[in-house]
Amino acid sequence: MAELKYDKTGRLLFTKEMKKEYTILMPQMLPIHFSLMRKCLELEGYKVEMLTSSHRGIVDTGLKYVHNDTCYPALLVIGQLIEAIESGKYDPHKVALIITQTGGGCRASNYIHLLRKALKKAGLGFVPVISLNLSGLEKNPGFSLNLRLIIRLIYSIVYGDLIMLLANQCKPYEIEQGATDRMTEKWVNNLIDQFKHSKGVWAKDFKKNLKLITDDFASIPLNKTPKIKVGIVGEIYVKFSPLGNNNLEQFLLDEGCEPVVPGLIDFIIFKINNRITDVDLYGGNPLKKLVCLILQRYIEKRQAELIEAVKESKVFRAPEPFYEIRKKVRGYLGYGNKMGEGWLLTAEMLELIDDGIYNIVCTQPFGCLPNHIVGKGMIRAIKNNRPEANIVAIDYDPGATKINQENRIKLMLANAKLAEEKVHKAKVSVEQKEPVVQK
Amino acid sequence: MLVGIDVGSTTVKVVVLDDSKNMIYKAYERHYSKVREKTVEMLKAAAPIINSDKIQVALTGSAGLGIAKSSGVDFVQEVFACAKAVEVEYPQADAVIELGGEDAKIIFFKGGLEERMNGSCAGGTGAFIDQMATLLNITIEELDKLSMQHEKIYKIASRCGVFAKTDIQPLLNQGARKADVAASILQAVVDQTIAGLAQGRRIEGNVVFLGGPLYFLKGLRQRFIETLKLDDKSAIFPENGDCFVCYGAALYAASLKERDFSDVLKRIENSKEKTELTQTLQPLFKTHKQYEEFLQRHSKADAPKIDPEKYSGPAYLGIDAGSTTTKLVLITPEGQILYSYYSSNKGNPVNVVKQQLEKVYEICGDTIKILGSAVTGYGEELIKNAFKVDLGLVETMAHLKAARHFNKDVDFILDIGGQDMKCFKIRNGAVDGIMLNEACSSGCGSFLETFAKALGYDIQEFAKLGLFAQKPVDLGSRCTVFMNSSVKQAQKEGASIEDISAGLSISVVKNAIYKVIRIPNPDELGKNIVVQGGTFLNDAVLRSFELELGRNVTRPAIAGLMGAFGAALAAMELELEQSAILSRSELENFEHTSRQTVCRRCTNHCNLTVNMFSGGRRFISGNRCERGLGIEQTKNLPNMYRFKYNYLRSLKPEKGPRGKIGIPMGLNMYENLPFWHAFFTSLGFEVVLSPESNRNIYSKGQYTIPSDTVCYPAKLMHGHIEALLDEGITTIFYPCMPYNFDEGISDNHYNCPVVAYYPELLSANVERLSRIKYLMPYFNLSRKRDFKRIASDYFNKEFEIGKDEIAAAVDKAYKAYSDYRKAVFKEGQRIIKFARENGYSIIVLAGRPYHIDPEVNHGIDNLLNSLDQCVITEDCISSLAGKTSYRVLNQWTYHARLYNAARYITTQPDMQLVQLVSFGCGIDAITGDEVREILEKNGKLYTQIKIDEIYNLGAVKIRLRSLLAAMEEVKRSGRAKV
Repeated sequence: MAELKYDKTGRLLFTKEMKKEYTILMPQMLPIHFSLMRKCLELEGYKVEMLTSSHRGIVDTGLKYVHNDTCYPALLVIGQLIEAIESGKYDPHKVALIITQTGGGCRASNYIHLLRKALKKAGLGFVPVISLNLSGLEKNPGFSLNLRLIIRLIYSIVYGDLIMLLANQCKPYEIEQGATDRMTEKWVNNLIDQFKHSKGVWAKDFKKNLKLITDDFASIPLNKTPKIKVGIVGEIYVKFSPLGNNNLEQFLLDEGCEPVVPGLIDFIIFKINNRITDVDLYGGNPLKKLVCLILQRYIEKRQAELIEAVKESKVFRAPEPFYEIRKKVRGYLGYGNKMGEGWLLTAEMLELIDDGIYNIVCTQPFGCLPNHIVGKGMIRAIKNNRPEANIVAIDYDPGATKINQENRIKLMLANAKLAEEKVHKAKVSVEQKEPVVQK
Repeated sequence: MLVGIDVGSTTVKVVVLDDSKNMIYKAYERHYSKVREKTVEMLKAAAPIINSDKIQVALTGSAGLGIAKSSGVDFVQEVFACAKAVEVEYPQADAVIELGGEDAKIIFFKGGLEERMNGSCAGGTGAFIDQMATLLNITIEELDKLSMQHEKIYKIASRCGVFAKTDIQPLLNQGARKADVAASILQAVVDQTIAGLAQGRRIEGNVVFLGGPLYFLKGLRQRFIETLKLDDKSAIFPENGDCFVCYGAALYAASLKERDFSDVLKRIENSKEKTELTQTLQPLFKTHKQYEEFLQRHSKADAPKIDPEKYSGPAYLGIDAGSTTTKLVLITPEGQILYSYYSSNKGNPVNVVKQQLEKVYEICGDTIKILGSAVTGYGEELIKNAFKVDLGLVETMAHLKAARHFNKDVDFILDIGGQDMKCFKIRNGAVDGIMLNEACSSGCGSFLETFAKALGYDIQEFAKLGLFAQKPVDLGSRCTVFMNSSVKQAQKEGASIEDISAGLSISVVKNAIYKVIRIPNPDELGKNIVVQGGTFLNDAVLRSFELELGRNVTRPAIAGLMGAFGAALAAMELELEQSAILSRSELENFEHTSRQTVCRRCTNHCNLTVNMFSGGRRFISGNRCERGLGIEQTKNLPNMYRFKYNYLRSLKPEKGPRGKIGIPMGLNMYENLPFWHAFFTSLGFEVVLSPESNRNIYSKGQYTIPSDTVCYPAKLMHGHIEALLDEGITTIFYPCMPYNFDEGISDNHYNCPVVAYYPELLSANVERLSRIKYLMPYFNLSRKRDFKRIASDYFNKEFEIGKDEIAAAVDKAYKAYSDYRKAVFKEGQRIIKFARENGYSIIVLAGRPYHIDPEVNHGIDNLLNSLDQCVITEDCISSLAGKTSYRVLNQWTYHARLYNAARYITTQPDMQLVQLVSFGCGIDAITGDEVREILEKNGKLYTQIKIDEIYNLGAVKIRLRSLLAAMEEVKRSGRAKV
């Protein structure tokens, strides 16, 4: 059995022996993206399991081991991981946990430490925790983020964004129920299969795949009666994770809406871009800036390929590239606003509005510090400039009830319907007048 | 025929319109959580009016959503329905304010339709008034009437019900006039509506007021009219204000297809079966036999009673003047109970105690002699002064004494009273850690009681219902307000009263375990757990606690009287020959009157209640320090808060050629002001600071706060900006600073997101800022060379100042800041030396630089001084501990100071740390735990005080006195290291 080794600060390390013996448990935020990322890790020789549990026990476990005023995502992620170990499904002495660490002024950078504290409280101090980050925080002998893995993870995220984007645009309109979900599943499996044979992770496969996926989704028969489109923005975890947002997407689908969820790529580029901005604003190492710039350009290129593939389909709405989105916040926030989702959150709201999606749910954990500023704090200014915007801010936490959240979303939807009717009426009256104009 | 059905959180409304949309029927009734039954009943009652079979019908309201879902009847969102009705009836309306049972809503019509509902934290409104009326022991109608006779209005926190309650309780205990309190309660509702809902828009023009509370309560109307400066014409109170939303739903129904009335009825009646409760818990007792065994086990911990007729000799009196109840115990030297009393204090503890004392004297007759008396609890000082009680002691000590009487090995005590929850660990015979509930989670006994009443039961009856509930509902473990909506959801899902009762008991317990005690493993509580407080007399709560902990605990039969019992034991320890308490004859002439006034001796402007007793004795309460008592502070102990504050406020504007530049005095300006002041003064600007914070400054900016859960120091910034604008300042400087200075004790040196970016939030929400020069550049002061270059460019561009001049100003700024830091350090050393030479102990009142604002800390520093403590701050000792690694990511400058200060004091026997935490500070969820760990690992006590708008220091005082008493005990037991 692998020996427990600590570094000089007393942190338990994930050793090379552990890599062979241990199963790494990872939380899940985005089902498609994370399934692919998990495969990438497996290709590097790690044994990885993705947790998909979603019952109340997770919240209870979280409440037990995490300070209750800590943000909801931390409570859920930590609850989910510990609950998994305690479930008896795994040998606690043969599991490790992996969690992302963004680094930055938001308290989210502390999740990993809260997780370790929680493990200790639960009597599981012997379980190693791996930090997944690009900042060079916390190194482990048994885990390394090599360039190949980084690139594959980036591919996974782009694939994930594409499939999510297409699925969201198909599902509300599918004629045969379940067709979209089946298509999603088919492509996730297909990509995993490609990964297994070291395919799909090379530049030429990548471009080919983007086109194949887009074409395949375009073949789903749809009934394109217009539906109300609702954008979802917010703190990264509650925005994406059904566990975090009480199945918000499903709720919106049930209400007869089309949910529009901006992807993950922008967030990744945003985090890299922040390092460049820091040097611009405050001075710093130009070499560091250059490295970040190269990485940013690389991902932006992949994003451009995605956008191109979607545009070529002529069926689907394509997202805007990062640099276009970035321009939108001028006059609202500075680019130095980088903690949490930072200026990107405001930018995403503006992107949606520019795209004609005026109805937006802005999600955040109760008491989320950055969102006081970039979410709730910007709604007033956005509404001043874009009166058609119809934004509702919803807080999520272990005590918030679904009924209150849904009631507020329903109000937003009622207004959306009213606005739609007005537009429709205006259109009809314009159409009626048109012949007169032509004379 | 159009029918609207509005099923709210507490009431059902039905409105019927004829074909030309005239209202021909309306009804309004409370549903006591029997949502479906009541709806059906009311529809049936309306049946004779609805004489046609074909109707168009719409449901609305928070509980209506569930019925609509399961019955298939159309639903319209209530705010939407309301807007529709107002558009038809009052086209001139600019805004609508609607208060319901638990929701508050606002609709703006002019300048773009905008609708808002209260956020999840803003709490109930109608339900809040209900709770407050219960607290005052009057009906809502009486509260309304009383409020019209007010003379003054107290500051009551308007964030949520729980907070307001914490403010009101001490006012009552101090003897404030009920009329004034009533009006203050209604004013809090108004403030909450404005603060929580307006969010950056002013409520003006013609305002329509709707909803039950505003329909029935004239006093509430008056408060709104006065606050919003409306008149008879612009304040509109529709005749059907109580049913207006329902009317809107009926109007909406006109767009729906016709249905069979009988079919609609049937659908609603049958809708229950389709819903399944999603989250339920294990029953408390599966069988009656289990319950009997449980009772049997707990009957063992009893205090023997003795018939006073058969006893003669000495006796000792203990009084516990609690927040909602008054308890009184008379014991023999052997601890037998001669007489006991437990009852609600009905808002006036003085009266209750007076009556009880008369009763005690009657019982004593000539044979029993009272040799000592002691009082504890919220009303301690008032009662002590009123009746000349021999001893006043802090309640934690009283409880400890009592618990030890029943179990001398007790190592954990949990007390859940009406208003607060206390628990303390006992190690080596001394109180080792004290935990009190934060203002946010105090859903304790009185919560259960109010809830029972709201559902139409008395508390005993209600609690019993839960004992054998089959599927208790899971209501979570957050604050009262959240529980209210959880209950609402459970009702929607068709939960029975029994299941809700059991669920509430479990909730209270979970709150205690996960919010207050916060211990995942019961082994950490020790083997001998004593539970007490009135709430534990409730078997359902007790059982929930044992089940949740997975172990049995001791509940003394006098669980509700433990404070008084402990006080009596303490009175006995005094070993007096004769108690000084008012004699029987003195009591006969006893009179008590009170009068309100405001202390003007410092900027805190404490509300004072002057209590006058017979014989010309006076007792003044509500003051933070001794000054209000008419005594000038004699000792004037050193106080770093005062020192820092005075230092910053002494940085005066100097007239300069470049004109005025305004700086809002809040958040990180409390750290960086010396820097910016020197910088701008050197450049020839007159640096104008916003005025000192107070409640008025806060109110001034309240209407532009977009997020009601942000911390109070941040909220104050809105007022400071408004104040500067009002002064006619046309240039305001407030930089964004994600990075702070690097003090070499942390891995990174961030500010928190709120401190870092609040300037941008202000720019986006305070409209007037767009009309002046508002500068909010991004700066990083930790990189001096880069800053000099960047600042030169920036200020050169903004003001056309030469770069050399700017560079020189930058140097002066760094020097001024460094001087300030040095002065703070030096003063810290001076205070420590002074304390040691004069035998005072030292409290490190740790927090953030902006906690030195008296409006933020509410004078806690002065309070500590008055308790004979010298006060220093974390930042004057943090440099003494050096850098090390912690179990958290140590990346915020201010927080790194906390860790270091904590580590430093573990080596200083005469220092204790008290951490101030702003409500809503997400980062302190992390720092608080870490600081606690650092301290407790080294055998130190940890005390945390949450501060917000809350004005009254009663709870804080108890906490600090408990800490001091614990320190005393430890000192006496001679344990090292504390």
